[in-house]
Amino acid sequence: MGVQQVPALAGVDFRIEEGEFVAIMGPSGSGKSTLMNLLGCLDLPTSGIYRLEGLNIQELNANQLAEVRNRRIGFVFQSFNLLPRATALENTELPLLYGRIPNSREISLRALDRVGLAHRAKHKPTELSGGERQRVAIARALVNRPAIILADEPTGNLDSATGKEIMDLFQELNREAVTLILVTHEQEVAELTRRIIQMKDGKIIADKRVETC
Amino acid sequence: MLIWDLFKMALRSLVTHKLRSFLTALGIIIGVASVISMISIGEGARRQTLNTISKFGTNIITIKPGQKKSRHVTTGKVNTLTLEDAEFIEEHIPLITGVAAQVYRSAQLKFENKNTNSTVRGTGASYSRLANFEMDRGRYFNKGEIRSAKRICVLGSTVLKNLFEGRNPLGKTIKVDGKNFLVIGTMISKGALSWFDPDDQIFIPVTTAQKRVFGMNHVQSIDVQAGQIDDLETIKEEVSQILRQKHNIADGKEDDFYVQNSSQWLNSWGDAAKTFTYLLGGIAAISLMVGGIGIMNIMLVSVTERTREIGIRKAIGAKKKEILEQFLIESVLISFLGGGIGILLGIGISRVVSGMGDWETVVSTQSILLAFGFSVAIGIFFGFYPANKAANLNPIDALRYE
Repeated sequence: MGVQQVPALAGVDFRIEEGEFVAIMGPSGSGKSTLMNLLGCLDLPTSGIYRLEGLNIQELNANQLAEVRNRRIGFVFQSFNLLPRATALENTELPLLYGRIPNSREISLRALDRVGLAHRAKHKPTELSGGERQRVAIARALVNRPAIILADEPTGNLDSATGKEIMDLFQELNREAVTLILVTHEQEVAELTRRIIQMKDGKIIADKRVETC
Repeated sequence: MLIWDLFKMALRSLVTHKLRSFLTALGIIIGVASVISMISIGEGARRQTLNTISKFGTNIITIKPGQKKSRHVTTGKVNTLTLEDAEFIEEHIPLITGVAAQVYRSAQLKFENKNTNSTVRGTGASYSRLANFEMDRGRYFNKGEIRSAKRICVLGSTVLKNLFEGRNPLGKTIKVDGKNFLVIGTMISKGALSWFDPDDQIFIPVTTAQKRVFGMNHVQSIDVQAGQIDDLETIKEEVSQILRQKHNIADGKEDDFYVQNSSQWLNSWGDAAKTFTYLLGGIAAISLMVGGIGIMNIMLVSVTERTREIGIRKAIGAKKKEILEQFLIESVLISFLGGGIGILLGIGISRVVSGMGDWETVVSTQSILLAFGFSVAIGIFFGFYPANKAANLNPIDALRYE
């Protein structure tokens, strides 16, 4: 997993190793969204270095960034962000199609199976519950075997029981060596990860291991 | 992303908004349908006219009295041509295969209690051959009958119908302006032009017409038939030379007749009809443009509506080019389908038009390809701006868009 050094905003400097499960916490305006966009290769730092699996992200052009997002990053959003008119399977398949990866149907079905939704493959998002939608989003994030999965408030739109299920799924994936970075402002959610990075005013104010995990 | 997947996505988006897609395509449908039907009507009119005109023979030179001023306007004396001129030409130009002097005027025809007003054409013996008339019953008059100015006539099919109503006219006598004429033959119908029905006339010896009916010494036109179409120009020049000589026209003075080539007439008619076709097609093309603007309008709305979708796609790795293609395929698909339906509709309209009367329509492959290519080009042209707008969206902003 990548070496990570980002002096951004006010010297944000950290590295995340392969297989880690990290929560980034902080109040709104603390810069965690900006950090998230940078980590997700949706935005480039004006100065500083972001290295993902040894790749200098800030040196890439728009097309190369799209490729990195496609192959190395999986996104999970608070509001799921599924295509409303596509089925669960088609939503999951989308990154494979953009990556021109063959056998996309079977691979997506396996990803759906992994999040426990193979039986809902032909359903559209509107026919799924919130928890199921988020599982589809996770399957979509997983399907390309990315280096990291970035989850932005993944439980924010879910009730606590469903949120717990999603966190269980994340923990399970992490045990299978998937690297996860999660942005949240809920302490109890963060406690379920293995490392918490606290941010405030564009600075890291704390970076500690979670002992219970 | 493969083109096929983009195509499926575009198709799904169109199917989801059926009514909207249909209304958007309607502009193109109407545009293409009107281009095709208008061109088919124009082209049909052109072919019909040319066909009918060429029935009168394309290897004919017509000599008319008067001074040639411009293409269709003549002034000066109108009685400068005589039968002798016709005979003189026939004797002195070896390249020609027939000469027919003519006089014509409309006259009252009567048989028993039936009346009709038709053209009476006094001609030479070779006229029926020159003008591509074929005999139905009986025969045409011969040179001897012309010399003796016999009162005999041959009926066109319209006259035959009006006066005899299917009975055999041969051997019957009709009255032409009160004078008796013996019917010796009838013609097979040639079909009417919009302004002139060649079947609504009777043919009598030119001499008879001059002396006994019209009371004139000159002729109104002389038709000269060329053996070879390639000889038309040469014959034209020779005719001019001979007539100038015979009419004693000094060098530098203008001709007192003019010579017209029927293929020239044919060409100028063809050109006029072509212009008419282009005009119709051009007007129809404007509606195609309007349809294109409709596509652009809807695609802009669609891009705004789907900002979030575009954000999602970009976040999971869609390149700028792939977003551009997706929306472009959508607009091209609309215009493509619209074009297809428009072609069918256009063909339908021209069928209906030709079915309604004797108006011929010709749907040419060319006009179909033109309209179809044009509509797809419009899909690309008017789809590009919205698609480009979509492709250039910033993924972060697009994801946040509510």
